[in-house]
Amino acid sequence: MKMNILSLVLCTALSVHIASADVVDDMLKTYQAAGAQNFSADSGDRLWHQSHSDPGQAGKTRSCTTCHGENLRTKGKHVRTGKVIEPMAPSVNKERLTDPKFIEKWFRRNCKWVLDRECTPQEKGDLLTYLRKQ
Amino acid sequence: MTTLSRILFAVGAATMILAGVPTMADEDDASSGVMPATDKQYTDECGACHFAYPAGLLPARSWEKLLSNLSDHFGENAELGADVAQSLNAYLTKNAADKVRNRLSQGIARSIGRATPLRITETAFFKREHREVPQRLVKDNPKVQSFSRCPVCHTRAAHGSFSENEIDIPGYGRWD
Repeated sequence: MKMNILSLVLCTALSVHIASADVVDDMLKTYQAAGAQNFSADSGDRLWHQSHSDPGQAGKTRSCTTCHGENLRTKGKHVRTGKVIEPMAPSVNKERLTDPKFIEKWFRRNCKWVLDRECTPQEKGDLLTYLRKQ
Repeated sequence: MTTLSRILFAVGAATMILAGVPTMADEDDASSGVMPATDKQYTDECGACHFAYPAGLLPARSWEKLLSNLSDHFGENAELGADVAQSLNAYLTKNAADKVRNRLSQGIARSIGRATPLRITETAFFKREHREVPQRLVKDNPKVQSFSRCPVCHTRAAHGSFSENEIDIPGYGRWD
């Protein structure tokens, strides 16, 4: 009886711990099925920090860091509303990279904002590969 | 006067005085408060980027119009899945200014008339309420910047309360 409870507790603890790794790995598999391959954290890093011209305001630029900030381990701020954005780094914010629907929703919106188009499966895979290490 | 008379007189006087004093909290809440945003999906989705504006601040048709064009939400992309958008629309329209039995909400709805405003800050009601607030305290104040950032000054906005005695403008102080 005691051993059964113990193994149940251990299994639950373990499954919770590896949940986040599963989420990203599952998403990467989906991107691979769409033709993406050899995901690179360096490519993700470059993409994250790349500046693009702001279509609405001449002379201004947009990047992921515009709202998320230069340091992923600290809070960011919505560039227009001033709303605080919790740190992007999973090492600091345990809720990051745990909900695929949430991730895809923000990919859709934010890639459109920065790049003026959706991110490709390759780009999303590179970005996740970079972000999961932060 | 006997002791009993004195007691009765005191009780009578106290009752008359208390009955005459308006119940400040109730009166205040009724005219300066709306039901706050309590729907978790709404606060999660819409509160992610800005203050989760209480549904009772705009009429149902305004919420419908906003939710039907989220890909261009005041110049930003706020797209949502169809099922989520539908669910949010149901919540907002059900609790809209022209639908709820709240004095402030009904006042807002009446002042809007037949228009379909998208910005709470551009309704006649809002402009009237804020007509005494100078630019330097809001737009030119780096700690505030915009009238759309309600909770920055209205300290209990998250509770649906916009009472004057709860205002604290950063860099300036209380309003009352």
